[in-house]
Amino acid sequence: MLEIKNLKAQIEDKTILNGVNLKVNKGEVHAIMGPNGSGKSTLSSVIAGNEDYEVSSGSITYEGDDLLEMAPEERSHRGVFLSFQYPVEIPGLSVSNFIKTAINEKRKAFGQENISAKELLQLFKEKCELLNIDKEYLSRSLNEGFSGGEKKRNEIFQMAMMEPKLSILDETDSGLDIDALKIVANGVNSLKSSSNSIILITHYQRLLNYIVPDFVHILKDGKIVMSGDKSLAQKLEKEGYSFLN
Amino acid sequence: MKIEPKISEDILLDEVTSKEYEYGFTTNIESEKIEKGLNEDVIKFISKKKNEPDWMLDFRLEAFKVWKEMEEPDWANINYPKPDYQDIVYYCAPKQKKKLNSLDDLDPEMKRTFDRLGISIDEQKRLANVAVDIVMDSVSVATSFKEKLAELGIIFCPISEAIQKYPELVKKYIGTVIPVRDNFFSALNSAVFSDGSFCYIPKGTECPMELSTYFRINEAGTGQFERTLVIAEEGSYVSYLEGCTAPMRDENQLHAAVVELVALDSAEIKYSTVQNWYPGDKNGKGGVFNFVTKRGICHDNAKISWTQVETGSAVTWKYPSCVLKGKNSIGEFFSVAVTNNFQQADTGTKMVHLGENSKSTIIAKGICAGKSNGSYRGLVKIAKGAKNSRNFSQCDSLLMGDKCGSHTFPYIEVDNKSSQVEHEATTSKIGEDQIFYCNQRGIGTEEAVALIVNGYCKEVLNKLPMEFAVEAKKLLEISLEGSVG
Repeated sequence: MLEIKNLKAQIEDKTILNGVNLKVNKGEVHAIMGPNGSGKSTLSSVIAGNEDYEVSSGSITYEGDDLLEMAPEERSHRGVFLSFQYPVEIPGLSVSNFIKTAINEKRKAFGQENISAKELLQLFKEKCELLNIDKEYLSRSLNEGFSGGEKKRNEIFQMAMMEPKLSILDETDSGLDIDALKIVANGVNSLKSSSNSIILITHYQRLLNYIVPDFVHILKDGKIVMSGDKSLAQKLEKEGYSFLN
Repeated sequence: MKIEPKISEDILLDEVTSKEYEYGFTTNIESEKIEKGLNEDVIKFISKKKNEPDWMLDFRLEAFKVWKEMEEPDWANINYPKPDYQDIVYYCAPKQKKKLNSLDDLDPEMKRTFDRLGISIDEQKRLANVAVDIVMDSVSVATSFKEKLAELGIIFCPISEAIQKYPELVKKYIGTVIPVRDNFFSALNSAVFSDGSFCYIPKGTECPMELSTYFRINEAGTGQFERTLVIAEEGSYVSYLEGCTAPMRDENQLHAAVVELVALDSAEIKYSTVQNWYPGDKNGKGGVFNFVTKRGICHDNAKISWTQVETGSAVTWKYPSCVLKGKNSIGEFFSVAVTNNFQQADTGTKMVHLGENSKSTIIAKGICAGKSNGSYRGLVKIAKGAKNSRNFSQCDSLLMGDKCGSHTFPYIEVDNKSSQVEHEATTSKIGEDQIFYCNQRGIGTEEAVALIVNGYCKEVLNKLPMEFAVEAKKLLEISLEGSVG
């Protein structure tokens, strides 16, 4: 599904990713952990196509194609989804209108008709139930006045609506209380299948109790310095990042 | 697919500013016009041409006298070469052989013009319940749905016709809301107005359809001086729509309209405008100068709502206002004003509270792009006798790029202690992070800008009648997005 080879990226003149290698197969869940400033969010931004970051060398292959050659919206159409660490607010634009536009733009890219109102309503209903969301919230302005937890839940709601193939959840757990965390984790688990993949970016082992990763990677100074199974996350939780030294 | 270049605001702005005016073309309709310049003979000519009664001619001549003594105002935050008023043609009418009974009899050339504007008459006819009174180059060429309205006693016709047929009504109200000497441009308009619309809603009648007029300037170098008068009798209701487009020109065109609204006791008038006159080219050349005086008077329990979406004109000077004379009267102003390239707009409203318990709401949204300058200027005046009155004002500006300017000039005068006035103002920019967020969800940059701008204007767009809101959204896209469509 996704293969990252020797990826180096910088913002302005500062190198942040310094040779990342990562392979994600269909149906796998990968967790990427690491101390502050290790490059976790940069990695997710580069995969999503944020042009603030410049890729200086290396490659990203997605379903056999060069991902770096694709515009951000094309990556989205192809099934790449980023749950933002800091979702932006767009006043006056309703959640439902935003999601409808996103779904239809994707359909348009594949020469399909717009989604019917009936189909859309059914999807809204289904996914609202999945994430324990009040339908009233669909008519609110996108992220405007949302609490931190509501914003994160809204990201996962969009993920559920758009049914991506590769989801990157960038610190989705931060700002969630334990109840919300469980709801979000349940939602993500129910969206998991043998044909899609998930990359979890997190500081804490807490989330991994609910969404169990197949692989855990530790990113430090822009490189993956250690990989393992879920026990690596537990070790990290106990000992902190100091054991890496 | 190649990776797209960095979406900086500069690139976005280039796209935005590369959109040439879509409606820049001229129709080859023979026009009848007089020599340039303004004097008593010209005014007499116009009046005679229109077969006006003496009182109307006297009104015009008096206005001309007043105008000659006045000076063009220069307090607004706009810069433009002052027009040479002797270098303008003050009368011009498309030559037509006969009066039309139906829109189907319209000159095919004219019809094509409307088709190219995307507001084809066929479409308009299909659009539910819209009666259209088309004003092209100052003379109404067709009026529809008249009979249906006539059954209810509603009058909707060119003002020139009203002067002939309903002189007592016109005489009673014309110049009462906006006196001749109100300002330089209203005096000029009163002297030379060519045509416009007249609307009368009888007591207790709710007008069953939106009344609509499309204005269009079609002859190079002719000023257009429209005069509109809307009278809503006690307990009546009317929604009036006004939309405008103009062809591309190299020389500046002057437009100085006057719109007067009279809402008698418990009446309600909703007046909506979408304005898209030629704004000038990318270098600031050409474009319409728009100096409009619009004002309504509210008697007891009456309500007037002004809603406007302004995307056009090189220079705009416009303050649709309400005089809240009656007790419990309500005035509203909802506005979106877009400026791009070298456009300049000084626009806003005046809410003058005279009656007790009168209320007013002002929602003004400015969008500035390119090297344009947008100013909001608003007066809220609460007179001593207007006890327990309230005003809420919200003025927001959205900036695109760093070469444009947005200014707010609120004037607040409150002369009693029981009234309440609130004023809120914000300034924001379209962020790259907002655009990237949309991109990540599969929404391209142009569509993203449209979503963000429409979201920003939502409160105002929601006030427009449905079909007009669609047109307004289209206009916002055209004036801001460059390659959309």
